[in-house]
Amino acid sequence: MIKFNNVTKIYPGSKQPALSDLTLEIEQGEFVFLVGPSGAGKSTLIKLLFREQLATGGQIFFHGKDIARLDKRQLLKHRRQIGMVFQDFRLLKQKTVFENVAFALEVLGRSTREINFKVPQVLAMVGLAGKEKSFPAELSGGEQQRVGVARALVKDPILLLADEPTGNLDRETSWQLMELFADINRSGTTVIIATHAWDVVDRMQKRVLSLENGRLVRDEKRGSYANEPKFF
Amino acid sequence: MNLNSFKYCLRQSFVSLRRNFWLAVVTACIIAVSLAILGGFLLLAINARQLMSDIGTNVEICVFLYDDAEIESLEAEISALDGVDSVRFVSKHEGLADFARSLGDASLLAGLEGDNNPLPNAFRVRALHTEAVPALAETIRTLPGVELVEYGAELISRLVKITGWLNSLFVGISALLAIGAVFLIVTAIRLSVLARQEEIGIMKYLGASDWFIRFPFLLEGMAMGWLGTLAAVAALFAGYGRLADYLSRDTLAFFIRPVTAGEQLLPIYVGLVLLGTLLGGMGSVISIRKFLRV
Ligand SMILES: Nc1ncnc2c1ncn2[C@@H]1O[C@H](COP(=O)(O)OP(=O)(O)O)[C@@H](O)[C@H]1O
Ligand SMILES: [Mg+2]
Repeated sequence: MIKFNNVTKIYPGSKQPALSDLTLEIEQGEFVFLVGPSGAGKSTLIKLLFREQLATGGQIFFHGKDIARLDKRQLLKHRRQIGMVFQDFRLLKQKTVFENVAFALEVLGRSTREINFKVPQVLAMVGLAGKEKSFPAELSGGEQQRVGVARALVKDPILLLADEPTGNLDRETSWQLMELFADINRSGTTVIIATHAWDVVDRMQKRVLSLENGRLVRDEKRGSYANEPKFF
Repeated sequence: MNLNSFKYCLRQSFVSLRRNFWLAVVTACIIAVSLAILGGFLLLAINARQLMSDIGTNVEICVFLYDDAEIESLEAEISALDGVDSVRFVSKHEGLADFARSLGDASLLAGLEGDNNPLPNAFRVRALHTEAVPALAETIRTLPGVELVEYGAELISRLVKITGWLNSLFVGISALLAIGAVFLIVTAIRLSVLARQEEIGIMKYLGASDWFIRFPFLLEGMAMGWLGTLAAVAALFAGYGRLADYLSRDTLAFFIRPVTAGEQLLPIYVGLVLLGTLLGGMGSVISIRKFLRV
């Protein structure tokens, strides 16, 4: 489904590549952790996939198509099948939980009927039934991130990209959120998560891609956060 | 963009106008003030042009005739010429009486009455437009029975020059004012866009098309432009109406005839409203442009 071919990314004005000569493949339905120290290039990889940034060298294929060659229409279509989850949630403060999730469908021109049908369903799935009318400020961090996940999920994405989704959450809440991502993945959605939550990574035994200085240094099917697994 | 999107955008524009009510009011006021200045200037311009053309048409072409000229047919012929406003016949007797009056001493001209009158019969012709005077004079000169044609050639050529100069000045200043208005509108709407920058960013991540993001801002800008210019036009209409009324009543200013004809004023007012609406929309599109690049 996703294929990186010798991908390099050099941001304008910087000499060091953020990613260099990256080659990897991710199959449909996989659950992938992206790990590595700050500045390793995790966010850059996610931005390249969403085509928020263009690669400086190499090609990225999504379902066999070189995403650098998408025209405006195809780019919209590409982005619409990807759900994004952010570390800082990025919810709209003046909208309720329901409205924040509904927004993802409104933006795509979906009908009110579909919205009223789907949004409660997704909110129930992420465990927020009954919170429809709350505003983000009235929710805990974990709950806010669940709204973010619901918003990404409501349009039935085939790929979910999350950049440090638990970065602002405590350990217990992080763990619950990762379980939610695992649930979503079980229903067929490909999930890629950049994270520093080493304990979760070690416990879940999923595929781990480890980046350092923009290079892929480790790719394990059932990996752990660090080279030497930490036991607790 | 489908019907759901359209309804959504429409609703969104109203919500945003309500939420950013004071910002919208300020923007509309900025548009109102800049277009009121532009409008006031345009009114000044059409009045200046009217004044110029009044002076011009007050310049008479004096057509001196041979004694044997066919006065009636000649008068009909001149009246029928393009650009002629009025033709007045001045007989040699009237001419002499006028002359005597201007000398202030009729006795100086004693003995010149009747057959001894050296003055010719004449027509005094007024043109509709200053610019037409030289050509008109030239045409009349060739008519049978016409001895001599005179007009204030120097004055006319100067008036034509001044009018042309004023015209380009007015066009230039109007263009500058319009550009200034666009800048103000762009700045004002940028504030509204900045207030929703986060929302725009999220919309891009959710896969919204550029038009979907732009459309509410476009409607919002056009609504502000429309309301602003409507206010400006109402103020101009009332203010100018009173001024014109006052000027046409005041005998001191009797030679300044303000333009009151609806067919001259209406295009300005309607044009201003259209321009304001257009500028509001344009300002929005320009303001949001750089936020769409993701
Ligand atoms: N927009 C940008 N402009 C310039 N350099 C950037 C930009 N974004 C990231 N970088 C640089 O690219 C490298 C990788 O950054 P990033 O992908 O954010 O790493 P990570 O998410 O793993 O912390 C870093 O050296 C960072 O400074
Ligand atoms: Mg990062």
